[in-house]
Amino acid sequence: MRVLLAFLLALVAVPASAQTALPPAPWADRQIPDAAQERKAKALMETIRCLTCQSQSIADSGASMAGDMRSQIRERIMAGEQPEAIRSWLISRYGDWVSYEPTAAPILWPLWAAPLLLLGLGLLLLRGRIKRRKTP
Amino acid sequence: MRKLWIWLPLALFLAFIGLFASGLFQPDDRIIHSRLVGQPLPAFTLPAGASDRPALASASLANGKPRLLNIFASWCVPCAAEAPQLMALKQAGVEIDAIAIRDARPDVDGFLKRYGNPYARIGLDARSAVQMALGSSGVPETFVIDGQGRIAYQHIGDIRADDVPMILDRLRDAQ
Repeated sequence: MRVLLAFLLALVAVPASAQTALPPAPWADRQIPDAAQERKAKALMETIRCLTCQSQSIADSGASMAGDMRSQIRERIMAGEQPEAIRSWLISRYGDWVSYEPTAAPILWPLWAAPLLLLGLGLLLLRGRIKRRKTP
Repeated sequence: MRKLWIWLPLALFLAFIGLFASGLFQPDDRIIHSRLVGQPLPAFTLPAGASDRPALASASLANGKPRLLNIFASWCVPCAAEAPQLMALKQAGVEIDAIAIRDARPDVDGFLKRYGNPYARIGLDARSAVQMALGSSGVPETFVIDGQGRIAYQHIGDIRADDVPMILDRLRDAQ
């Protein structure tokens, strides 16, 4: 019974042990009153990687640093900064890695070209097949 | 020619297996290095983080002498673990400034009372804003700042006892 109780308590516990006692930053979990600005901020937050929980975006993460990043992004959007400017500011600090948005950097050209190449290859194969079926 | 073509899918398949296997067995590197290493420290001004130490501004970090900028927090366990190493560095004549992340002054005071205070100046970064400006992604981290205020090196994680000579070397190189 005691084990079960401990297990149930563990289920509802807030996993914040290694984080800070400070309340979240003012705009971490509060929307910008202007809906258009909030949309912009939200779209950006969904494509910025959390530095603490590395497979989550800062929009999804409960880490305190992600909260601070959300707050800072909202504050900067409210101050009139463009989302892409904030993104490049972050990239200049943490590298391309911090952004989920794919870029057109030369190293990614093969990746962008791959679908076209594969489609071309498929069409070539298909043409071969059709020709063969027509000939006999 | 045709015979060779038949092997192509298998070859591709094996190439992919090899690619995935190498990715699977490679040790996972989750450390994010700051892109600002080699560049000037971004400008910042922070309020005092402890009651018996002055506040910290980036301008005062470029005074001709290389120094350490330690990113720590009173709530961070590895920061307590690296405290003896920072003390040893201070005793070796290194000037250490600090930024306390997401912290409150009474908590920092308590932390320093318990683990010792190797810091000359302490800034309080309650919203991690300066941490982000530095490209730092966690606590503890230690930056070597050269005499011109440029970031010469970033040490991620706590400084272990066997890291101390390396840090001293980095400080000497940053002269």
